[in-house]
Amino acid sequence: MAKTQITAEPGIPQIIMTCEFDAPRDLVYRAYTEPELLQQWLGPREYTMTVKENDVRDGGKWRFVHSDGEGHEHGFHGVFHGNPSPEGIVRTFEYEGAPGHVSMETLTLTDRDGRTLARTVTAFQAVEDRDAMIASGMERGVHDSDERITELLARLQAG
Amino acid sequence: MKQTDQISLVFGALADPTRRAILSRLTEGDATVAELAAPFSMSQPAISRHLKVLEQAGLLTRTRRATARLSHLEAEPLREVTTWLARYQRFWDESHERLDELLAALQGEPADNDGS
Repeated sequence: MAKTQITAEPGIPQIIMTCEFDAPRDLVYRAYTEPELLQQWLGPREYTMTVKENDVRDGGKWRFVHSDGEGHEHGFHGVFHGNPSPEGIVRTFEYEGAPGHVSMETLTLTDRDGRTLARTVTAFQAVEDRDAMIASGMERGVHDSDERITELLARLQAG
Repeated sequence: MKQTDQISLVFGALADPTRRAILSRLTEGDATVAELAAPFSMSQPAISRHLKVLEQAGLLTRTRRATARLSHLEAEPLREVTTWLARYQRFWDESHERLDELLAALQGEPADNDGS
């Protein structure tokens, strides 16, 4: 099962996310770039994701829209930079609900004996932008138990 | 106070290993400054300075019992910061789980559910 590791250090306007998949790199690259595949996995199950545009080349634009069942839509867009390839993709990212707050994502795909490690580094303009992105939870609520606090303390202690 | 300001204070307080150890100790129950200082080669005034940072972040409160001043863990700000990252984590956990299933399907195998 894919396990996502997210690191958001205090005071640094950056999020690092890693996840390893049991699939060859070229296939993971297709899943990240082909609209019909992207639409099948990006975002929570209860959202419908539509790829409006995804021109994977230097200067090419991308735009995705997430819709919930209640008529709410969240649009995201940006531009690809450099030459996107199975080794990696660099693109800008802007949530249309917060225009002008642009982040830059660098995705690298590394072959690990037939498996693929996907690592995304997102650089924000300011710590506040990073914190706002995380606080939005990508527009999703969650209920938490007290157990999480104990787990957090255990992790902090181990670190 | 804005939520992000509170979160910054909490993260600032958690950035120090001594303060994290103090919070861990307080999950076992209230403690005096002397009790909190015992595991460290650090003076009580130095420990008191750490307690002050934790207090400002809302992570502990201090009460008096007879002549002793007791520190008490306040877990609510920790609940806020764990929830803060958890929502974002949940979004990506679910997306990557779906991607995992898609990649398995594309390779012509059933998705590996690991019994979960």
